[in-house]
Amino acid sequence: MTTVTVRIPTPLRSYTRGADEVRAEGATVAEAMRALGAAHDGLLARVLTAEGEPRQFVNIYLGSHNVRTLQGMATRVTEGDVISIVPAVAGGAT
Amino acid sequence: MLLMPNPMGENLNALVRQGYPREVCGLLLGVCRGDENVVSQVRQARNLNVERARDRYELDPEDFLAADREARAAGLDIVGIWHAHPDQPARPSATDRDGAWPGWSYLIVSVSREGVGEIRSWRLNGGEFEEEKITT
Repeated sequence: MTTVTVRIPTPLRSYTRGADEVRAEGATVAEAMRALGAAHDGLLARVLTAEGEPRQFVNIYLGSHNVRTLQGMATRVTEGDVISIVPAVAGGAT
Repeated sequence: MLLMPNPMGENLNALVRQGYPREVCGLLLGVCRGDENVVSQVRQARNLNVERARDRYELDPEDFLAADREARAAGLDIVGIWHAHPDQPARPSATDRDGAWPGWSYLIVSVSREGVGEIRSWRLNGGEFEEEKITT
């Protein structure tokens, strides 16, 4: 099984007891995220839709690539890869 | 509370003035000490919303990722987001609230042709923004 590191942004660290990164196992980004969700209750619902895709205000990066530009959540991972949960940051004056 | 020492505030004011009338945005790097976010670096990020650059911002996730890497390497975190409100008060809009995340300080800088106006910081609490004190 492949082990990857998942980087947790500050607003979601309440789900990981303050940890800024955690290890997860899986052959794809989706599998690793499911493993993350199984270990940290409530986290996955903030990150992925019920269909397992990134939510509207979330981007998932594998290394320096948004998984949307790769094979999406089905993108395969290799040992030591880093997955980053990147909150979409948006707003406006009006 | 948001603790932002003077040099960071001056840096931010300069970025906002230079950006006017565009809604420039960026990240606050520092440490979180209990309820206090302590800022030690200010980073500008690209606003991907070019069509409505005067009243909307969409912070480039690539810039977020780069700032996050830099912060982690320096033992820091991303503790907040800053953005300008050109010709508008430094009060979060419904658009700001819809895109907000808990725990971060949202620093809003009002700016006009005359220069930087009020600077206020807000934090999400149960789905609504609450103002937090800024100290230097």
